[in-house]
Amino acid sequence: MNTIVLSAIWGVVMMYSGIFIKGKSAIKYISAVGLLLLLIFNIADTYAHPLFSIDTTNFLAFSKFGLLFTSICIFCTLIYVLISGSDIERLGRYTAEAHALIFFVLCGVAIVTAYSNLLMLFIGIEIISIPLYILTGFDKRNLKSNEASLKYFLMGSFSTGIMIMGIALIYGASGTFLIDNSMRASTLTYLDAMGLLLLFISLLFKVSAAPFHFWTPDVYDGAPTVFTSFMATIVKVAIFAAFIRLMESKYQGMGSQTDRIVGVVIVLTLAFGNLTAVFQQSVKRMLAYSSIAQAGFMLFALYAVNDAAKEGLLLYAASYSLATIGIFAVLAKMEDYSYEGFNGLSKTHPILAGVLTVFLLSLAGIPLTAGFFAKYFMLAAVVKGGGAIGLVIIGVLFAAISVYYYFKVIQAMYFKEGEPVFAEQPSKRFTYGLIAIAALIVLLGVYPDALLQFLYF
Amino acid sequence: MIPVLLILIPLLTGLVAFFIKDERAVKTWALLSAVATLAVALMAVFSSNTNHLFYDAKWLPILGARFTLSLDGMGKMLELLTAVSFPIIFAATHNNQYKSSNAFYGFMLLSQAGLMGVFAAADLLLFYFFWELALIPVYFLCSKWGGERRIPVTFKFFIYTFLGSLLMLVGILYVYYLAGGHSFSTSVLFNANTTINQQNFIFWMFFLAFAIKMPIFPFHTWQPDTYEQAPTAVTMVLSAVMVKMGVFASIRWLLPLSPAGVANYGHLVIILAVIGMIYASLIAIRQDDMKRLIAYSSIAHIGLMGAAIFTGNASGMQGVLFQMFAHGVNVLGLWIVADVIEQQMGTRKFSELGGLAQKAPTLAILFVVMALANVALPLTNAFVGEFLMFNSLFQHNIIIAAVAGISIILAAVYTLWMVQKVFYGEVISTELPSVKLNTGTTLMLVILVVVVLVFGVYPKPMFDLTNDTVTKILAQIK
Repeated sequence: MNTIVLSAIWGVVMMYSGIFIKGKSAIKYISAVGLLLLLIFNIADTYAHPLFSIDTTNFLAFSKFGLLFTSICIFCTLIYVLISGSDIERLGRYTAEAHALIFFVLCGVAIVTAYSNLLMLFIGIEIISIPLYILTGFDKRNLKSNEASLKYFLMGSFSTGIMIMGIALIYGASGTFLIDNSMRASTLTYLDAMGLLLLFISLLFKVSAAPFHFWTPDVYDGAPTVFTSFMATIVKVAIFAAFIRLMESKYQGMGSQTDRIVGVVIVLTLAFGNLTAVFQQSVKRMLAYSSIAQAGFMLFALYAVNDAAKEGLLLYAASYSLATIGIFAVLAKMEDYSYEGFNGLSKTHPILAGVLTVFLLSLAGIPLTAGFFAKYFMLAAVVKGGGAIGLVIIGVLFAAISVYYYFKVIQAMYFKEGEPVFAEQPSKRFTYGLIAIAALIVLLGVYPDALLQFLYF
Repeated sequence: MIPVLLILIPLLTGLVAFFIKDERAVKTWALLSAVATLAVALMAVFSSNTNHLFYDAKWLPILGARFTLSLDGMGKMLELLTAVSFPIIFAATHNNQYKSSNAFYGFMLLSQAGLMGVFAAADLLLFYFFWELALIPVYFLCSKWGGERRIPVTFKFFIYTFLGSLLMLVGILYVYYLAGGHSFSTSVLFNANTTINQQNFIFWMFFLAFAIKMPIFPFHTWQPDTYEQAPTAVTMVLSAVMVKMGVFASIRWLLPLSPAGVANYGHLVIILAVIGMIYASLIAIRQDDMKRLIAYSSIAHIGLMGAAIFTGNASGMQGVLFQMFAHGVNVLGLWIVADVIEQQMGTRKFSELGGLAQKAPTLAILFVVMALANVALPLTNAFVGEFLMFNSLFQHNIIIAAVAGISIILAAVYTLWMVQKVFYGEVISTELPSVKLNTGTTLMLVILVVVVLVFGVYPKPMFDLTNDTVTKILAQIK
């Protein structure tokens, strides 16, 4: 509860700070302080020290998993603001508003990780989505940004409509908005099944799983790079947390039917994401497709909802978000987004090239980086669930393909000659921040229990 | 504690090496580190106290993975091979120039740490970690310091082996959950109750990874290109030590995890391996490039080891274990000579070489001994290993053994042809510079030749060292 209330309040604070404070970098630090407070109070909440005692029975049910997930999202946002804050400042006058919107998104994140009622799910998803439509079009004078915003808004509205329809049908069939499945009759009615399917589709849209992924490359490519980073990481993994909650409860009764649908979606998402990413010329677009491919891997957690899947999703959220935020942070400072733009980076900026390599290795899932254990747990969840070993093999085949496009960046940086051009020279503090992220990724890659033990402690 | 040191010394010195900017200093540093590792490895070989050869610590309690290292006879032998190879490689290629040599030696030492870990790990997940740790530095080494086509070639090599490792990961997960899902230790996994079908699945998941690494026909296509394009020092690591990872892992993990799979598909693998031997030997005869010839000859030799592993009899096991060391030493010698020739003459093509024996008589003599070992002539170490392996093939199936036997003749053909083309025959160009052999390289070659001859005449110490592994493995697959 702490996070929901405080993030909303701090969002308003940020809006007003834009009026009273003229220094742009001061806003960044106010935002960072707010995030730090959020993190502290969220952790306090996790260990049963809520600031507010509000009766949320039948609307929100806080679990350790959900709260830990929120903590990861807040932590990643904190890192994101510290690393990429100066890139937000370069986008124009409305820095404070951008930070305010980020806080509102976090409010939504805290709701979707804790809902126990479909209405709350809907509200949470909308609180996340509406600020994102604005952030996508934040670069007002850029046509691509405007186009992306409109596209995202139209497509997002459709998916919201589908979600509402689904929820309505479920309510019609069962007479309740609660996701608790215990009241359900043993056989599904058509109405119920239809509702569940529509809800499922709308969430697939939000996590950009195939075949509902078509908006992703354009929106991610068109949005200002610093916000693409936010959308592709924190927001996406938060919706996965919402998804797994639904899978755990509402879809449990559907048994092998959901398995089959999720299985098909996984294969399609992995195939679309990976195969299209291979042919991209721009690193930003490649990352957009790679985020689809990574979503495909996170979907494994929905295929087999067990403890390994939940542990894995936490780890995946952290490793994928940290690595992607790091890469986007460097990308946002570069002039040329093509692979050639990275040529020779190891000569001019050896440290940047080194940490980027760690991030890319992590995304590719190479051992010693957090990405390995993230993928490991996802595959383990399915193997543990028994059966479907074919799905796991398809997964690793695509993981091998993903190496191709991640390593193209490494090849450009290390083995090709060139002179990378920066829009803004990376500062010392920026580089240290990236080193810290890389160290965190390696730490999680060697000792993932550093994060997972919080689930059991 | 000894296995921990064997990993830590190269790991830490490797990380430090990245920060030593001076070229001479980093070369000395790497050599010192390798010698220190060799000293520890020798301690391991002569240590009889099992407590020193075992290390166990908590790693990931949630998964039940532990940081367990343990050295048996086979482990000791391969640690020794790794520890011997690196100082020899560093000394023999001391005069080669690399740009940003600090990174070069850093990566070399890191890959040594990975190799040491692979040979010592007694926990399957830890093994997987080291398996990859050995691969990644090699990717950077080949892509950065290799020949003209290095980037695509190394990339193919990397994706190929990475795909293999991922399939192995699936196999690891599968066997982990079959065994209860709380431990990766050998004692738990090897005693899992698995049905024949499950074992068949496990077999293929692991076998593909190891077959790509060895490589066994038809998974060998990455190998000649990579050997040719990699800088010679890295080729030495790849062919002397790294291919042994596949052979080693088959014995350490595949045979005990899937005895039924081995019984079902062993015959098929032997046939594939023998096809590979003949095929690689025939291609080797047609090569004009010294490095490619040695690469194909290496495929043929590894093919024989691959076949012998799956015969499942004592003679085969003894032979494979012995030959792993022998092949490592022999191929190292061949590469050193190839490197000297390339550095001095500027070419590796047989058509541009000839009559070198007149200019470099010492080199010629040393090379001939190495070449004879490559043909597995009696009195050389390879004879002992190959004899045992052919013996096991005969016990397995006489026709297959007879076909495989052809490869001995072919090996003689291409090896002697290479000797003749490079060192004898007519001197093609009179303006060729004279071949200077520096003392470091000569000394290393002499050491290798001595090792070849000593173990050729008196192989008993090696058998004593690996005896315990052979008994253990034979008991596990029965």
